[in-house]
Amino acid sequence: MANHYYNAEDLGKFGSIGEYQKEMADKFFSYYGEVFKDGALTAKEKSLIALAVSHAVQCPYCIDAYSSDAYEKGFSEAQMMEAVHVASAIKGGAVLVHGVQMMNKVKEISM
Amino acid sequence: MKSLKVLQHHLADANNQLAVLENQSEHQHASFIGKLLGLNLFPLQASGVDIFQINVGKMCNQVCKHCHVDAGPDRKEIMTRETMQLCLPILANSNIKIVDLTGGAPELNPDFRWFVEEIKKLGKHIIVRCNLTIILANKRFYDLPEFFHKHQIEVVSSLPSFTQDRTDRQRGDGVFEDSIKALQMLNNVGYGHDGSGLILNLVYNPAGAFLPPSQQALEKEYKTELAKKFNIVFNNLFAITNMPISRYLDYLLQTGNYDKYMEKLVSAFNPSAIKNVMCRNTISVSWDGFLYDCDFNQMLDLKVAPQTSQHLSNFDLSLLNNRNIVLKQHCYGCTAGAGSSCGGEVAS
Ligand code: SF4
Ligand code: SF4
Repeated sequence: MANHYYNAEDLGKFGSIGEYQKEMADKFFSYYGEVFKDGALTAKEKSLIALAVSHAVQCPYCIDAYSSDAYEKGFSEAQMMEAVHVASAIKGGAVLVHGVQMMNKVKEISM
Repeated sequence: MKSLKVLQHHLADANNQLAVLENQSEHQHASFIGKLLGLNLFPLQASGVDIFQINVGKMCNQVCKHCHVDAGPDRKEIMTRETMQLCLPILANSNIKIVDLTGGAPELNPDFRWFVEEIKKLGKHIIVRCNLTIILANKRFYDLPEFFHKHQIEVVSSLPSFTQDRTDRQRGDGVFEDSIKALQMLNNVGYGHDGSGLILNLVYNPAGAFLPPSQQALEKEYKTELAKKFNIVFNNLFAITNMPISRYLDYLLQTGNYDKYMEKLVSAFNPSAIKNVMCRNTISVSWDGFLYDCDFNQMLDLKVAPQTSQHLSNFDLSLLNNRNIVLKQHCYGCTAGAGSSCGGEVAS
């Protein structure tokens, strides 16, 4: 048993999840590959979306992979940081907008 | 910035570069020759000699961080007219169709224009690897676009990005601005315009420790952005992988990226790129007349295999036509992903 939860080398072993359930893994990876191809959005645009989502879901593997991928595809440092801010704004906003729910409840029970 | 040679850096010596690349005890990367053996592709033979790539000197007005030639203003190795004269009968008596002039900045060779004119008399197609900024480096180069036009030269030029930041980080401050001006000058004499017959191709290579993205997607983006921002047109974009040699090797080692980069090259190994690697139909000539399978082998001082035909003075086409190519670990740079050559991707 490893004495830490995340190991950078595990990213390279992602494909091995098929050892325990091949059919689902194959379907997932083929779907994944399809999603990131040029389509109505370019592969480059999708890379930046993936970078922002990686931060929102706080997955270190995805952050590693899409920081490289987005930079390799030509996004600048500033563009990449703005994408992270978009993730942050949506996450922050999602917390704050629940403040309205809190206010509603307080108004309901207060005098 | 100075060249590794002038800094007396240990990597200025090709043997020290090979020692890093071939050191299997410290850097364990699958052997390139082993990969080819496994595919029954070793030894790799040349298919002929269609392209004569001549490196007319290591002097350059730029000192790019990734330069595999270790070129710069401080490099004094320049091909003499006598050596050029040895090339001419070889070209005249062969079916070699293309002469690819490179450097350094080839235009800095004082006999560059004379050489172009002599080669043209032989009816060969000429490619010049022009770094663009040379055109603005001095008044005496301002007319290069007209000179290229006059001799119907194909121009191949590096532009690692359509943004200033990335270009200047790799190629030096101010390079982007001058490159844009030079591209506009080339466009003004007809280069890059459909139907003009004047070919202007651009080269992308990564400004960092990573592999090039899709050539097709990049070309589309370059065309849109350069047209929109600067009114520039060009023909094709070639995406070229950086070779782990010379200054780029130094960069990889210094930044701790060497093993990761080699691993990327090895895991992106694409067997279908092998049959089209450029050494199979090219001979590369150094400033002092020695013969190599490619410009990369030249910088690693790995001469062609046939020992009785390693110099212009004993050039033997029959021996070179089907020679075995000299392969080492750096060759992974030509077979990663879609493959890479002086003409961009090679995998079908
Ligand atoms: S990459 Fe080209 S332009 Fe840059 S220093 Fe080397 S020879 Fe000169
Ligand atoms: S570096 Fe590339 S072109 Fe040169 S010998 Fe190796 S495979 Fe051939």
